[in-house]
Amino acid sequence: MDDITTSRPGVHESAVKHVTGRAQYIDDIPEWPDLLHVATGKADRAFAAILSMDLSAVRQSEGVIDVITTAEIPGDDDIGPVYKGDPLFARNEVQFHSQPLFAVAATSLRLARQACARAQIEYETFVPIVTIRQAMDAASFVLPEKSFVRGDAGVAISEAEFSLRGEQYVKGQEHFYLEGQVSLCVPDEDGGVLVYSSSQHPTEVQKLTASVLDMPMHKIQVEVRRMGGGFGGKESQAAALACTAALFALRTGRPVKYRMPRSDDMVQTGKRHDFWNRYHVGFNQRGEIQGVELDLAGMCGYSPDLSEGIVDRAMFHADNSYYYDSARITGYRCRTNTVSNTAFRGFGGPKGMIAAEAMLDDIATVLQIDPLDARKANLYQPGRNTTPYGQTIEQHVLPGLVDRLENSSDYRNRRRAIAQFNGSASHFKKGLALTPVKFGISFTAKHLNQAGSLVHIYADGSVQVNHGGTEMGQGLYTKMVVVAAQALGVHERRIKVTATRTDKVPNTSPTAASSGSDLNGMAVLDAAQQLVLRLNEFTAGHYGVPIAQVSILNDRVRVGDVTYPFEEIVKLAYLNRIHLSAAGFYKTPDIGFDFEHGTGRPFYYFANGAAASEVIVDTRTGEYRLSRVDILHDVGRSLNPAIDLGQIEGGFVQGMGWLTTEELSWDIDGRLLSNSPANYKIPTAYDVPEQFNIALYDEDNNEDTIYRSKAVGEPPLMLALSVWCALRDACASITDYKFRPAMNAPATSEEVYRCIQVARASMQ
Amino acid sequence: MSKTHVTTTINGDVTEFLCEPADTLLSVLRNELQLTGTKEGCGSGDCGACSVTVNGRLVCSCLVLGVEAQGAEIGTIEGIESAEKLHTIQEKFLEHAALQCGICTPGLIVSTKALLDENPDPTEEEARYYLAGNLCRCTGYDKIIRAVLDSAKVMRGAA
Ligand code: FES
Ligand code: FES
Repeated sequence: MDDITTSRPGVHESAVKHVTGRAQYIDDIPEWPDLLHVATGKADRAFAAILSMDLSAVRQSEGVIDVITTAEIPGDDDIGPVYKGDPLFARNEVQFHSQPLFAVAATSLRLARQACARAQIEYETFVPIVTIRQAMDAASFVLPEKSFVRGDAGVAISEAEFSLRGEQYVKGQEHFYLEGQVSLCVPDEDGGVLVYSSSQHPTEVQKLTASVLDMPMHKIQVEVRRMGGGFGGKESQAAALACTAALFALRTGRPVKYRMPRSDDMVQTGKRHDFWNRYHVGFNQRGEIQGVELDLAGMCGYSPDLSEGIVDRAMFHADNSYYYDSARITGYRCRTNTVSNTAFRGFGGPKGMIAAEAMLDDIATVLQIDPLDARKANLYQPGRNTTPYGQTIEQHVLPGLVDRLENSSDYRNRRRAIAQFNGSASHFKKGLALTPVKFGISFTAKHLNQAGSLVHIYADGSVQVNHGGTEMGQGLYTKMVVVAAQALGVHERRIKVTATRTDKVPNTSPTAASSGSDLNGMAVLDAAQQLVLRLNEFTAGHYGVPIAQVSILNDRVRVGDVTYPFEEIVKLAYLNRIHLSAAGFYKTPDIGFDFEHGTGRPFYYFANGAAASEVIVDTRTGEYRLSRVDILHDVGRSLNPAIDLGQIEGGFVQGMGWLTTEELSWDIDGRLLSNSPANYKIPTAYDVPEQFNIALYDEDNNEDTIYRSKAVGEPPLMLALSVWCALRDACASITDYKFRPAMNAPATSEEVYRCIQVARASMQ
Repeated sequence: MSKTHVTTTINGDVTEFLCEPADTLLSVLRNELQLTGTKEGCGSGDCGACSVTVNGRLVCSCLVLGVEAQGAEIGTIEGIESAEKLHTIQEKFLEHAALQCGICTPGLIVSTKALLDENPDPTEEEARYYLAGNLCRCTGYDKIIRAVLDSAKVMRGAA
């Protein structure tokens, strides 16, 4: 009757709650009457010594119950997620503008903020490092540089028929999750704390809270039901709020909420890194790349945070989808007096890929060929299939996928029509670009590639699923229902996925690196299979039939030729003392990387896609519109097409924001100028084209992933590189494609206008 | 600080509350009246997560003072559905999977209803323009726009 398949467009498990306003985010939890609210005192220097800090007026301010500085921290005051370097509050030195110096707990948020303003602080101000170039000049790094080297790129470039150099400055990105950072902490009767956190990494929140409070992890419970968006911004950045609120909760014995108003969130939490990329490439007449030297310098901010892996991932993706015969790819991790930059969807990947895409466009310009042909000449294919870090591409999805998109988007005809249009006298010029994406799936830190789950079958036949992943809107819980239903052979209606909690599944990895469904899905599958085996063994014994004759399908248990309702068998099993709960576990096989030598197989597989974007630019102002987008994206065998299509659409538009209108800017004193949605523009419904065609490329994953699906969280973001390339293409059209001006990102109207001027100047 | 007594109508029900002069309508709805379906995304009038109607007009409740609600008719997300039945717009958001994290969704639904009350037959461009004040960071708005236009179609048929 009910068709249970993995490919049924289902709705998000919380959708009805979302549309009625009943979905509860942390700030919606009813407030206790004695709840305290937290605000922090912020440094108004980017780099300074703190000479004195007088908080007496803060303490006396109306409504203030408690004030803490670094001196009040009982345990470790450093909450660095991987490396040390992130003090919860500044010690003697200020490292970035708006760094928290102290925190106040008061009876209302307004009173807490009012109190913070009363602090008297004396500084000795130093000259901050606020740009990548300053950091490179001063050799200011948070961690040492690394390189991937294959062959001798220098020789290959000098021996190549053609060579060129280029550089680009690629700005970072504010996450702008619509729900700001928030944590609510409730003290418990054992001197521990129950932490509600809007976090992608509950285990790390638990670990850091415990270490700040100087207590074992078992005294801290962290619960995450849902986030109002995460995008990487709540991987490491959520912990500071939980640690601060938990300390106040413990000191006052009262529940404490720390919710950052948007104005604090934008200046106090890390963002996507700025990158300064330089490339030197040698290639032949066919456009094939013979050697590449790439320098990728990321702006990490004042501390390492997750920057080691982020710059690694930029290096891992500096090839995007292209075969580099010899290569030297070097990543720098620049230390600046700015907020510590952090994970953001793509995790450095986009920053490496944009260098590759700029390079391919430059090659096409030199050879006077269509950029798509330059790209196709370099796509990984059998025989040219090893990445600069030694991993072999085993499943060649892209050549076929790109061909198909080329046809379905009518690329060649549109290219001709655009050439004709651009040849006319109009002030408007059109640009077109088709770019591929290949994105490696797995955490490059191997130990994170593990997951746990806990599945209960209750005596009434209802099922509860818990796992270590967190729900931030990406539909993970919904997919886990699909996995559990399929594995148990029961209807989705039986299954409820509950809030992620550290006391249900311990030692979890962050929900990041697009890994949520891959890892947790397999862990849920493992638990479900254990339960099915137990139930089938019991049923076979009970009815005296061979186990091969027992199966659970379509919500019923088949015993030979007879079927029974699932709940009837469950009840029987319970009465016969069968254990109806199972913990599942998974670790990704066949991965590993030798960081010392820069070779190995860091990724279990690759997710692929391609997008074709067309823009129209007003050359008098640099203003433009995106007029059409066609996307073909590889999600393996989709676990839920509606959700996957949503991820692709949303990822693309978020990437488009990063590359077009979203512009972070700091002044020379290290103050963030783009500090509110009024001066930092994320895309609106009006910025997205009416012609937005997205299709899934149906091809099973070669690897044994959960029902042969592929990860979809991050890869689509980089499809938006097609928009950036199309804008550059429109600028190049002014010179009849003889010259392609170097373009920085984001390509704001101002940047496009600048490129138009450069293009015009090139013709004189 | 002395509080002000305000009498207003919320989703058709006469409601009274006390608030301080500086309290926004958003904070009154969320913290005094436990109507937490209205969300705070920015607090500065830029994101639309806090969208409500005041006397039928779409506003950002973070830019309205609680005391301004005196004598007014306020409409929030909690008033969109009727007698346990979802509104067409809500049904269409479900059908088109027009949401991900869902925190922008209440604001978008309130805004969509305001749009369709004003203009039952918007072009796609008009819908996109009207809803440009409602930021969504998860979706690419495409499914939202499909849901809005489909709602308009069904609602016109039903009218
Ligand atoms: S919270 Fe009111 S517009 Fe953002
Ligand atoms: S669904 Fe997350 S902000 Fe719109």
